[in-house]
Amino acid sequence: MSNAVSALNGKVAPGEVTIREAGLRGMITLRGDLSDSKLKSVCTGLSGVDLPMPGHANCVGEKGLCWMSPDEMLVLVPYAEVDAALELIAKNLKKKHHLAENVSDARALIFVEGEYSRDMIAKLAPVDLHPDVFQPGSFRRTHLGQVAAAFWMRDVDTFEVICFRSVADYAFNLLETSAKAGAVGHFNAR
Amino acid sequence: MLILHCPYCGVDADETDLHAGGQAHLKREGPGSSDEAFEDYLFMRENPKGVHFERWRHVYGCGKWFHAARCTSTLEVFGTYPAQTLEPPQDIKDKISGTRPGWSWGIFK
Repeated sequence: MSNAVSALNGKVAPGEVTIREAGLRGMITLRGDLSDSKLKSVCTGLSGVDLPMPGHANCVGEKGLCWMSPDEMLVLVPYAEVDAALELIAKNLKKKHHLAENVSDARALIFVEGEYSRDMIAKLAPVDLHPDVFQPGSFRRTHLGQVAAAFWMRDVDTFEVICFRSVADYAFNLLETSAKAGAVGHFNAR
Repeated sequence: MLILHCPYCGVDADETDLHAGGQAHLKREGPGSSDEAFEDYLFMRENPKGVHFERWRHVYGCGKWFHAARCTSTLEVFGTYPAQTLEPPQDIKDKISGTRPGWSWGIFK
């Protein structure tokens, strides 16, 4: 079997806010009726977390569920478990109208870690990132600079950002530049 | 900068997150319609200074199409609503009537 390598092979830009490419992560795009009980149970079974509300993500460790749109869920699993997960989805949703696709190798995952990580994202995305509004568990699909991206907060100091693999380099450099330029201080009263 | 509320995601999306889709509430004219009706459907558009109904797509977000009612001269947004409808919801019409009494747009007023 070929040796899978992530987009930036774990590149790290250390600093007050550290930008870190997360390496390989299993991602499955699952489209279908999100209110369907079978779809719900296969999602929670694979990820070990409850189905998130619209605009939210439930993630624990390498597993999780992200609400992408009214008919789309992103299922996060460890990279090695994707094939088994897809089989399980196909088996459980055999009679349901759905689409499940392995998008692990089409995406890149980047961590933004540090006290001012909120500032780094806020400089790049047209999103209200006030601590009262965007909190751990919040999820947003939008764009960072020129490219489509989505992000959520793992905890109060850490963002997880996903983007297309083809623009991973751009997104990483963008975040690194944002981090080097320093905090804005707008959210200091956290 | 225009900020529209996406009725599907429930987020306030910036104009750069959206894609404009032109006039809303077009009635399709296809085979069997008169040449005039087909021409109107293809080419004739409202171009108001004031109340306007538009289609927008939340292209960097959920990817869904929705409708927006806004004023083209003041950029006031009266509201947004899902695209699965043939006419603007009554609450949005009422809201427009509150600040723009006597407004009309195409077949709506």
